[in-house]
Amino acid sequence: MAETQQEQDQEIIIVKNLEHAYGDAKAVEGITFSVKKGEIFSFLGPNGAGKSTAINVLITLLALQKGEASVAGFDVTRDPQKVRESIGIVFQDITLDRDMTVWEILEFHGKLYSMPHAERRARIEELLTLVQLEAKRNVRTKHLSGGMKRRLEIARGLMTRPKVLFLDEPTIGLDPQTRMRMWDYIKDVNKTGTTIFLTTHYMDEADQLSDRISIIDHGKIIITGTNWELKNTLGQDLIYLETSNNPFAITSLTGLSFVKNIEQKSKGFLVIINDDGTKVLPVIMDRLRDADITISTVNLKKPSMDDVFIHYTGKEIRDEPVGKASILSLRPGGN
Amino acid sequence: MNRWGRRQYSPSVPGVIRMNYGFLNIYWRDMIRFVRFRTMLISSLLQPALWLAFFGIAMSSSFDQLMAGVPVPPGVHAVGYLTFMAAGIIAMTTLFTSLFGGMIILFDKNWGLMREIMASPMPRDHVIIGIGLSGTTKSFIQALIIMFFGIAIGAGFFVGYNPVQITLSIFGILLFVGVFALGFLFLSAGIAVSMETPEGMQGVMTLMTMPIFFASNALYPIDAFPEALRVISTYNPMTLLINGIRYFAIGPDFLALGEHYMYTSTDILLSFAGLLVFAVIMYAFARWRFNKAVVT
Repeated sequence: MAETQQEQDQEIIIVKNLEHAYGDAKAVEGITFSVKKGEIFSFLGPNGAGKSTAINVLITLLALQKGEASVAGFDVTRDPQKVRESIGIVFQDITLDRDMTVWEILEFHGKLYSMPHAERRARIEELLTLVQLEAKRNVRTKHLSGGMKRRLEIARGLMTRPKVLFLDEPTIGLDPQTRMRMWDYIKDVNKTGTTIFLTTHYMDEADQLSDRISIIDHGKIIITGTNWELKNTLGQDLIYLETSNNPFAITSLTGLSFVKNIEQKSKGFLVIINDDGTKVLPVIMDRLRDADITISTVNLKKPSMDDVFIHYTGKEIRDEPVGKASILSLRPGGN
Repeated sequence: MNRWGRRQYSPSVPGVIRMNYGFLNIYWRDMIRFVRFRTMLISSLLQPALWLAFFGIAMSSSFDQLMAGVPVPPGVHAVGYLTFMAAGIIAMTTLFTSLFGGMIILFDKNWGLMREIMASPMPRDHVIIGIGLSGTTKSFIQALIIMFFGIAIGAGFFVGYNPVQITLSIFGILLFVGVFALGFLFLSAGIAVSMETPEGMQGVMTLMTMPIFFASNALYPIDAFPEALRVISTYNPMTLLINGIRYFAIGPDFLALGEHYMYTSTDILLSFAGLLVFAVIMYAFARWRFNKAVVT
């Protein structure tokens, strides 16, 4: 390979043309991506998109079938043992023993990774403080709340100071307050240098947490970028207008430099612009007023991750043909 | 500087002596559960005692009455039914405990720690060994309790032995119990890691306990069995175990239920060798199942 050592250091997860099938059913159909050292990277996709399959190959729970994958510089097929030593995992479902205490869960994990006694004990104390479970150390996990269980699992994932922490749907089933707390923990962990690989089907989670996001659906990566880049692919801002003469209004706006596209809606139309909407909106209004068109409704909206997600994965319930064209919509009162 | 330093914990750093005692961790964790599940703990200890108390006493009173008229050849040590079947109860309890000892793996697979374990660097056979050791410990505790309880209600174990002989005999019994338990624990672990539901596992186990228990010399002699059944029963690990227990607890030469039992040292060594072979095969089976297992 022509890559320099430094470049290899930069990319802590490298996946090339990864394919995985369960029998005839293809779960992952040739994905290629890389995760940079120190970033929070998200797989955003609907249920059944292939996120968990991909993550299971990376954490060596599923054997790689086709393609290449390396984590922390180790090939998942040739060096699974080294990969395992370099990563921490928080699984999608709670994987705690109900009848072990918080302390025992961490002790067990440390021993599982052959951590020396003194280091293990010290680490447990640090992590209990980090996730604020010191007071619960001797409580059996069945008596913990959902958020506490998740925090404990994150602490467990961090026991061995992993280079990469895998989080598979980390806030599934948690209440909004707890989710935000979890995000803070995840950001804190990331600040200390741990690369984070996250899968989620929550748009806001990917948006809030990630440095970069890959939208994945039907086993394929559809697009990768920062949240801002993804939003920009839809056009920067959206302006919805209802006027006294929609066709004429559309004609008079078409061709303006900042107008990227115009979509007709039932009562009005949607102008997709490639500039800052707050500055462009007065220009549009002046222009329509000059053309003697009366504006009855105006709505300005920045695209949310929801719009991006829906745009790329479709509105349809899974397994139905996905139409992409009619999806961009502006919901009054949306964020 | 951050809160927990940037140093990467890497067990593979050269110079760090890396002996893997992972099985001890599995053992530790399984024993925590054993002690903590009060109902399971108590019922597993109470159940064999109840067998002895009810089945043992009931059967022995009728059998001993039936056998009362049978002449005992001179010089032969005749034992009552309670003494005879107490050895069978030790074996039965070991069988049940061991066959269900792997259940934890199934629970872990569905709701617990198995994914964490499978994704860790610990070799998978440590799970098998750990479960084997904790299950064996449980069986030792049970076997000792049955022995003491059995003697307390009148089973003629270690009659005429001096303390050294008693100690050696108990050691011998535990050796047999241990190897037998390991065999069935490995079998149980191998099945558990291949199954999807506890109900399915329960079904398989129930199906297996029946022939293993009844095609053995636990409750009655097997000499009068039809030929095919007698052969099966002779090589049944359950029978091999009971041979050992009776040899150490009662002696090499005794009369029970009108049958004259004589064990030579060779018989006992062969029985033990049979159990060893059984345990090794079961270990291979469990390893094979674990290496094939995909837990996601």
